[in-house]
Amino acid sequence: MIGAWRLERRTEPSRTATALAPLAAIAFTLLVCAALVAWAGAPIGQTYALLFDGAFGSRFAISETLTRATPLILTGLACAVAFRARLFNIGAEGQLYLGALAAVAVGGMHGGEALDWPMPVLFAAMMAAAALAGAVWLLIPALMKAKLGVDEVVTTLLGNFIVLLIVSMMLDGPMKDPMAMGWPQSVALASDLELGKLIERTRAHTGLLWAAGLAVVVWLVNRYTVFGFRMRAVGANAHASKFLGLPVTRVMIGTALLSGALAGLAGAIEVAGRTSYVTLDMSPGYGYSGVVVAMLAALHPLGVVAAAVFVAGVLVGADSMSRAIAVPNYIADVIVATALLSMLVAMLFSQYRLRRMGAA
Amino acid sequence: METLDLLGSAAFWVAMLRIATPLILGTLGVLLCERAGVLNLGIEGIMVAGAFSGWLAVYLGAPLPVGVLVAAVVGGLFGLLHAVLTVMLGLSQHVSGLGVTMLASSLSYFAYRVSFPKVETPPTITPFAEMHWLDGIPIIGPVLGGQTPMTLFALLAVPAIAWLLYRTPVGLALRMVGENPAAAEGQGLSVTRLRIGAIVAGSALMGVAGSFLTLSAFNAFFFNMINGRGWICVALVVFASWRPGKALAGALLFAFFDALQLRLQQSSGASLPYQVYLMIPYILSILALVVMARRAAYPQALMKPYRKGER
Repeated sequence: MIGAWRLERRTEPSRTATALAPLAAIAFTLLVCAALVAWAGAPIGQTYALLFDGAFGSRFAISETLTRATPLILTGLACAVAFRARLFNIGAEGQLYLGALAAVAVGGMHGGEALDWPMPVLFAAMMAAAALAGAVWLLIPALMKAKLGVDEVVTTLLGNFIVLLIVSMMLDGPMKDPMAMGWPQSVALASDLELGKLIERTRAHTGLLWAAGLAVVVWLVNRYTVFGFRMRAVGANAHASKFLGLPVTRVMIGTALLSGALAGLAGAIEVAGRTSYVTLDMSPGYGYSGVVVAMLAALHPLGVVAAAVFVAGVLVGADSMSRAIAVPNYIADVIVATALLSMLVAMLFSQYRLRRMGAA
Repeated sequence: METLDLLGSAAFWVAMLRIATPLILGTLGVLLCERAGVLNLGIEGIMVAGAFSGWLAVYLGAPLPVGVLVAAVVGGLFGLLHAVLTVMLGLSQHVSGLGVTMLASSLSYFAYRVSFPKVETPPTITPFAEMHWLDGIPIIGPVLGGQTPMTLFALLAVPAIAWLLYRTPVGLALRMVGENPAAAEGQGLSVTRLRIGAIVAGSALMGVAGSFLTLSAFNAFFFNMINGRGWICVALVVFASWRPGKALAGALLFAFFDALQLRLQQSSGASLPYQVYLMIPYILSILALVVMARRAAYPQALMKPYRKGER
């Protein structure tokens, strides 16, 4: 049985297969999850219709999806950039929270007063602080990987738990909002710093433009700069890159700084665009979903935008669907996880084909 | 002084061994997979699935040992999925593992909500009883007596797995597959079968590790109840240099500090924010990785997919 078939590398990746892979993966995912919907006792067609309607069916639905997609684009980019260079940053969740915390530390109302700086300077300082916070947090595991050979997946994962406790500590202590009636939330951001609305009378904000703009910037960096080339080279083969004289450690550090900064910005943009203060539940796992977004986009920065809108649509649509019908909204996470795994398999088959072994 | 009193009380050691139990089982599970050359980051989700499925079986009327068995089977099935993706298809072990974690935990939460749509307080079961008939044994009696049979199982699993790895032909084959799969293949061993077997068995242990939380430590299933314990097990395997005996020592040491922080948190009158104490386990795991990484003798083929006839 096992071994009767074998995978054989295609001489060149099949273009049709590459193009069809995401569609096949999504079709397979919807099929698998249909079984779960049936188990929950709901009509499958209606459930999916409600899910789609809740994600894209109205002006409000679209605005909610775009609001959710904004941080996902940034965490997705953070993961895509890092994964390209074989730095497995699974800590975007923590970097996002630290970015949010840094944003409020710089741009928040402390004792009712914001820093007395000109608005554009304060805004720039807020964004820079958030990017820096995320970058420095990822720098620690990146250095441990480069200098000591410590696997970064586990260290970045464990870092997420540490950050949440740091945030909880800050919200209990120095950054607690005294006006919040005992709720664990931080002081609010100065209202001048809040991002404008993208669509009137909705929550969609101009952070989306920032995120999409950064996706283009990352794509340009990847494609047209020496640093982008080096990142890809190190990711493709670190040993060969070292042999060729590329500064592998420096490239890895640079990648970590870029990746952490993007995830940190996700936190600042969430605060400036949506929540205006930090809470312990401000991210429903945007960092972890960022991993999926990056993989669904096959690590392509522009693909990240599309993948983020898809994942955001699933999350928003499932929330709205589960309010209307008895299917728990955890179906969204199942869909996202199944999509990730089936996308991996689909992409594999654009590079390999299954071949039946001979009679031997 | 206070700390000294603490170390003299049996209650402290009972708590420590209880905290260590899921870590021992989970670490052994990761160890089996990695010895065969496959990283299994599915552990965090597999533990959730084990905790949920074991608990559900008992809630539906199965005896407790059957609940443990169900958790093992469910864990093994998710392991099989990881094995198909990584061993047969050669996908990235990192990404596949994370995917399995996401799938296993979200499926568990989904199934929980489908089974109990409206309940506010989690339904409870009667967990394993403590083994107070062991209280009479000198010195270790009071500590073992405060445990459930699952802890005894975890403690016995350590020599069992050490024996399997170092004293049986299967164990030798398994280690060989993790070090040099091409050579193993040359000896007529099936890399694919051995790796799949190791992942399924290791994942079954992870499932049991999760079920300890619902069937022994607590009497209900909660969201986020695994809370990073799986990732800590992955760190502990590095700390243990992939040896079962050291895995036990690592898990116990780790649990010692965790139990200590719990007591300090209760006794020291909030000299530090409680979050600092809660951070200790995660920081310790990272430190363990840093300290041991230098001398870590990784199984040579770890994280390298193996395809016949391809380099």
